[in-house]
Amino acid sequence: MAKRMDVRKTYKLYIGGKFPRTESGRYYKWNSTKDDEVVNICLGSRKDFRDAVVAARKAFDPWQSRSAYNRGQILYRIGEILEGRRDQFLAELTLQGVPKREATREMNAAIDRLIYYAGWADKYQQLFSSVNPVAQPYFNYSTPEATGVVSIVAPEESSMLGLVTAIAPVIVGGNSCVVLASHSKPLCSISFAEVLQTSDVPPGVVNILTGQRSELLEQFASHMDVNAVSYFGDDSGEIKTVEENASLNVKRVAILPEKDLQKSGAQGPYHILKTQEIKTTWHPMGV
Amino acid sequence: MGQAKTKINFDSDWSYNPAPQATDFIKLQERYGLYINGKFKPSENGRSFHTINPATEEKLAEVSEASEKDVNRAVRSAKEAYEKVWSKISPKERGKYVYRIARLIQERAREFAVIETMDGGKPIRESRDIDIPLAAAHFFYYAGWADKLDYAFPGRKTKPLGVAGQIIPWNFPLLMAAWKIAPAIATGNTVVLKPAETTPLTALKLAEVIQEADLPPGVVNIITGAGETGAHLVNHPKVNKIAFTGSTEVGKIIQKSLAGTGKSYTLELGGKAANIIFEDAAIDQAVEGIINGIFFNQGHVCCAGSRLFVQESIADELLRKLQDRMATLIVGDPLDKNSDIGAINSKDQLEKIKFYEKIGVKEGGSIYQPDCTLPKKGFWYPPTLFTDVSQSHRVVQEEIFGPVLAIQTFRTVDEVIQKANNTPYGLSGGVWTEKGSKYFKVTKAIRAGVIWANTFNKFDPASPFGGYKESGVGREGGISGLSAYVELV
Repeated sequence: MAKRMDVRKTYKLYIGGKFPRTESGRYYKWNSTKDDEVVNICLGSRKDFRDAVVAARKAFDPWQSRSAYNRGQILYRIGEILEGRRDQFLAELTLQGVPKREATREMNAAIDRLIYYAGWADKYQQLFSSVNPVAQPYFNYSTPEATGVVSIVAPEESSMLGLVTAIAPVIVGGNSCVVLASHSKPLCSISFAEVLQTSDVPPGVVNILTGQRSELLEQFASHMDVNAVSYFGDDSGEIKTVEENASLNVKRVAILPEKDLQKSGAQGPYHILKTQEIKTTWHPMGV
Repeated sequence: MGQAKTKINFDSDWSYNPAPQATDFIKLQERYGLYINGKFKPSENGRSFHTINPATEEKLAEVSEASEKDVNRAVRSAKEAYEKVWSKISPKERGKYVYRIARLIQERAREFAVIETMDGGKPIRESRDIDIPLAAAHFFYYAGWADKLDYAFPGRKTKPLGVAGQIIPWNFPLLMAAWKIAPAIATGNTVVLKPAETTPLTALKLAEVIQEADLPPGVVNIITGAGETGAHLVNHPKVNKIAFTGSTEVGKIIQKSLAGTGKSYTLELGGKAANIIFEDAAIDQAVEGIINGIFFNQGHVCCAGSRLFVQESIADELLRKLQDRMATLIVGDPLDKNSDIGAINSKDQLEKIKFYEKIGVKEGGSIYQPDCTLPKKGFWYPPTLFTDVSQSHRVVQEEIFGPVLAIQTFRTVDEVIQKANNTPYGLSGGVWTEKGSKYFKVTKAIRAGVIWANTFNKFDPASPFGGYKESGVGREGGISGLSAYVELV
């Protein structure tokens, strides 16, 4: 019997619930460490980023208006679908050079982290809300609300667990986001977009770009319709670039470590709080 | 616009007797030094500036201008106090010091109120009933948190940040000092605070109180100066945290200069709040709320309700009532207990307001100002309305920080939500309706940190304050205000 030709996958961007190629037509060659398969990955442009922000802004309000229960179920659904496709992701992680055992650990942690955050969807508000005993006859309460559109520079080394660690606390809180995926390990980032697309995540809530960090970093931090930027890494030059550009429209900035993502400190309700605003409302009590 | 059929004529029907607040018990020194390490000392280069009463343009006192060397000295003193004393003292004792400050402010409340009014121009009724009591309440509130921080952040412990550099504005001088100092020292940080150059006196009086409270030297340092002094403080490498209240323009410069330094920061910046009046609102109450929203403290309020949105069906009636009410406002001597609107804080600010008046008129807005006689000396500006303006007008978009209200109308709920949110700011908002479901929809939809419904411009130490978008980062007040001064471990 003749050997069957395998069908190779085209890796593209994920913007507004669609999988377009980069508008720039550019690509970079990605080589597997395991075999000689060569993949062309989209070298996303600044225009792709701007398009993604438009999609994210459009998706933001409907997403934050979903019930917390519904957002929780959608995050849980992402976990379910990812579990079902774990073999594909394990294969991609292996192609990206992660040893088999470690890849299994990373997948388990990534799926479990989605389930963990799914559970927070309707609880962090209760943790961070308060009824405030003001000294005048007013009913006064504070509740967290989503900050808005968040740009995320995802971890470079951990492209599966890192991606989930970056995205989950942002979207569970009602924000939409644009993510710059790992440059050196891009396969499972794009495949994760397929998981999102089949998990009832509304188009535009998560947008994923592949590309060169040095080329896109400044705009991830400077775009005037982005409300917060979260950066994973410890490069002091990059951190300065992010923070300086964030000041153009007073963005919230979260600088987060790339390492120890398996540990419990890499997740938690205080990570959700980084892209939340506290709103306080007053109303008189009287007749 | 139709005029009221029966309108009280305040000029002929009755007039007010002056009700002046006495000032003879106020003791101001001719010169004030910088309060560093528990002592008042002049600046190292002897430079100083004077602070005046904006209602009379008379000089009140000479105040030292802190140079870079003075800033270094203040930060060094704060650092030492942090390492040797304040981080070692038990939280319970820390709290008791903060309680002492609250009590001393209460005891000297009238003195503080009169100085606040003399130095800043705000009506004595406001400084006496709002600024000073709230400042004391702020210390009292945060004092109690000092030994309860383990309960504030479930699952985590806290650690103070170190030295906090704090820069405050001139619109609520003592109150802003309290907002900054109280949570900082209650959580175990030490402080270098710079008050605004036009209103340094109550902060210096607070330094006296802190001295009287026997707070260990260096825990709170108060240095006076202008923007340059502030910049030295922001850029000092030994400062661990910057807390700034002021304009968005300066806030952005500060945020940028902190990039890459690892310093924490909170920013309370500008605003252009929408105050929305629905047709089902209690109109007379809404009129009072509009007045309070924009004319409180001469409109020198970052959360002022400076954009009024009135539902079309009630616009004529509301505007008439608003103009009638404006005609009764008394603009004049801030020390007179009858005065509703005091002096504009400074000549610069008065010029800025007049600049916006010109722009508003030039861009086609219709201006309304009630007849009122303004005092000859000092800085004054009458309460002002702009109608016939739209979203793109500069008086609608930009923060004026004066008693100037821009009025627009709307038809539907969705339309006004969109208009209200069409601004880079997101500090506060107002909603007036008697319908509960509308109240919840609109207060939720406005993208701002503080929403007043059927009220406006209310403050309390237990109530978090701070903005969305370009109005700032972080919250002050309440349990949220603690996060600004601790690291979670």
